[in-house]
Amino acid sequence: MSNIIAIFKKQMKDTIKNKTIFIQFIMFPILALIMNNAVKIDGMPENFFVNLFATMYIGMAPLTSITAIIAEEKEKNTLRVLLMSNVKPREYLLGIGIYVWTMCMLGAALLCISANYELKLSLSFMVVMAIGILASLLIGAAIGTWSKTQMAATSITVPIMMVLSFLPMLSIFNTTIAKIAKYIYSQQIHLILNQIGSLKIELHSICIIVINMGVAAVLFRIAYKKCGLA
Amino acid sequence: MNYAIRAERISHSFADKKVLNNITFAVQEGEIFGLLGPSGAGKTTLIKILTGQLKQKNGSAALFGKDTAKLTALEHSRIGIMMDNWGLYERLSAYDNLLFYADIYHISHSVVNETLKDFGLYEARKLPVSKFSKGMKNRLSLARALMNHAKLVFLDEPTSGLDPATTKQIHEALKEQKEKGTTIFLTTHNMFEAQYLCDSIALLSRGSMIECGSPVDICKKYNHLNRIEVTCRDGKKVSLENGSQAIPLLKDYLEHNLIETIHSTEPTLETVFIELTGKGLDSNE
Repeated sequence: MSNIIAIFKKQMKDTIKNKTIFIQFIMFPILALIMNNAVKIDGMPENFFVNLFATMYIGMAPLTSITAIIAEEKEKNTLRVLLMSNVKPREYLLGIGIYVWTMCMLGAALLCISANYELKLSLSFMVVMAIGILASLLIGAAIGTWSKTQMAATSITVPIMMVLSFLPMLSIFNTTIAKIAKYIYSQQIHLILNQIGSLKIELHSICIIVINMGVAAVLFRIAYKKCGLA
Repeated sequence: MNYAIRAERISHSFADKKVLNNITFAVQEGEIFGLLGPSGAGKTTLIKILTGQLKQKNGSAALFGKDTAKLTALEHSRIGIMMDNWGLYERLSAYDNLLFYADIYHISHSVVNETLKDFGLYEARKLPVSKFSKGMKNRLSLARALMNHAKLVFLDEPTSGLDPATTKQIHEALKEQKEKGTTIFLTTHNMFEAQYLCDSIALLSRGSMIECGSPVDICKKYNHLNRIEVTCRDGKKVSLENGSQAIPLLKDYLEHNLIETIHSTEPTLETVFIELTGKGLDSNE
């Protein structure tokens, strides 16, 4: 446990000095805060921008940050030295994973504040965000483990990130895209967020999210077995 | 006899390229062992195998009697490593880098400042490592490897590309560690470093070990000339056979204070390496 805390603390110090990662955590929450207060159009669903940017946030922030962190550590050999010390691979992954999840949850809290939900809805919103962030973390960890360099990681992350983040938005305008997008967890998260006021979640949404997370976990296991961490 | 490292018939290849071929040697506890060879000889691959980062295709490697592939995290924590590309967190300060490892090694935070002072980095402790010179990064990387009072330290080219003053500082730090009982395994292509620091060395060329032993013994073994060369104060140079027959003349020179310099003709490690491989330690393989 102490190693996980040490990695968490180290990563916090590092992020303060790493603008690329730091921006990932705050960009969408700040955009949502501004847009939700600045843009008011008749007929626009309530909290349209919060839900839209929350979905994008889930698809981008955890995925790109955990991938970048792991790939950078692999490229610069810091991970190899760390694993040669008193650190087990699972401790490293937990330390980084918990850190990114916590930072993203802070971002999610900011999104929640922008939406001005009452307590019950706020809790529901945070739970849904927590699940979405976790799913992206699993995919990001798999990519980071698979990639030897940051460049290689970016080339895999960007298209996946685009699919996860933009399909829910594009499916608003195109029914064909919506038919495909419904099998992706970010779309299901988007749909749940849109109906959060009713506090009703469809069973098939839960199934799709669970299956997506299962696939991500399997992908991570394959990447870890094939490439290892160092 | 207690061995810190034992390597037996280690062979390794990447795809079709054989990089290590039947390497066998042992390092006693508390000694400094140097692995000499030009770039591409297989030194870093051997370090990776010995530290359990890479599994050899054939043979066995053991640290303190335990197979390197089966080392636990706790056993790893008793081994210090300084890789050729440091593995430092460049955005963090020197202090934060060591503080992080103090947490990982579960040692007191007070060790951090002591270590920084020992390695002459205390004044620069708040600077991000990205602003450090190569020599400072080497010292910080070495400080990290040693801060846990490791029983065994692996150093990959610890003084490569450093100025003489920094090199000397690192040499002194290593000698100090040896006195404390730490076993040190280092790779280098600097023959002076090997001769100055190492109790034993191995010469590696194209993945094969071509010689192994103490630097003095190896140089003696290849001292084919076995002569004494004297330069007199008047500039005259005299070459004498290294034996009792040289005594009268040397005695005479000494009595009349005629000697400017006197040298034996044993070869350097570089000369031995060239004799065995046909090329120098600074070449590439």
